[in-house]
Amino acid sequence: MIPLSWYMALAIILFCIGVCGFLTRRNVIVMFLSIELMLNGVNLNLVALSHFLDSMRGQAFTFFIITVAAAEAAIGLGIAIALYRSRRSVHVDTINLLKG
Amino acid sequence: MFLQLFFAYCALMIVASGLLAISLRNPVHCVLMVLVLFFHMAGLYLTLNAEFLAAVQIIVYAGAILVLYLFVLFLVSLREELHLNGFVPNAWLGRIIAAGLAVLLLAIIPAFILGEKGEWTVEAVRQVTHTKALGQELFTTYLLPFEIAGLILLVALIGGLVLARRDQAGSGDGVDPEPATIGKEVSQ
Repeated sequence: MIPLSWYMALAIILFCIGVCGFLTRRNVIVMFLSIELMLNGVNLNLVALSHFLDSMRGQAFTFFIITVAAAEAAIGLGIAIALYRSRRSVHVDTINLLKG
Repeated sequence: MFLQLFFAYCALMIVASGLLAISLRNPVHCVLMVLVLFFHMAGLYLTLNAEFLAAVQIIVYAGAILVLYLFVLFLVSLREELHLNGFVPNAWLGRIIAAGLAVLLLAIIPAFILGEKGEWTVEAVRQVTHTKALGQELFTTYLLPFEIAGLILLVALIGGLVLARRDQAGSGDGVDPEPATIGKEVSQ
């Protein structure tokens, strides 16, 4: 039997890899991928806890998180395409129109 | 023993492919590394008796969301993205923040105490099968959130269509069905 703390440690490491990628990369698409990594870390935590707590609640939440991740990817990548069409670049530093 | 070895293999592959995914220069390689990561994630879900979620992980995440990423990567130019700078002033600052967060959270784990147990023990789930148990929970306790999730997917579908639509010289409402890849992916 695998102890719960192993799963939680792995989830934390995965989440922090996502944070690191989000902070260090500037390509919008890789930043979205980093968000997916963070969401997966949270998913792993929820599923592990739902298994160890004999409950279905965590898995139901994981279901909704996957839905939201799909919606976020669709909207975010749609914005990336729209930005690329108008600016010909997907770097965050060149997108500063709202900065004033 | 076999279970521990399987967990160790999956954990190793997840950490390695995750690190590669955020450090490789070519975004297509990043997406492929995340694909490897998702497959091992599904393996971990199997060790947690969550077969349905393992299947959903592969079908939805690896099959739909990552294909969507690849579509967009091929739509935008690759050559311009090879030169990158850090999001925070210094890339090392971001790494230190992430490492500090990891150390902080890992230090908190031993203080964690499991809460009250629910009624879905492994035997109870095995009796009605996992998919049925999850479906019962989703369609009774979480019926309203389920409907809202469907609405969110509809919003994402319409939003993706509108955002990715090519502007036909100021002409109006969604007559151009060509850039519809995003909507199709979501509806899967």
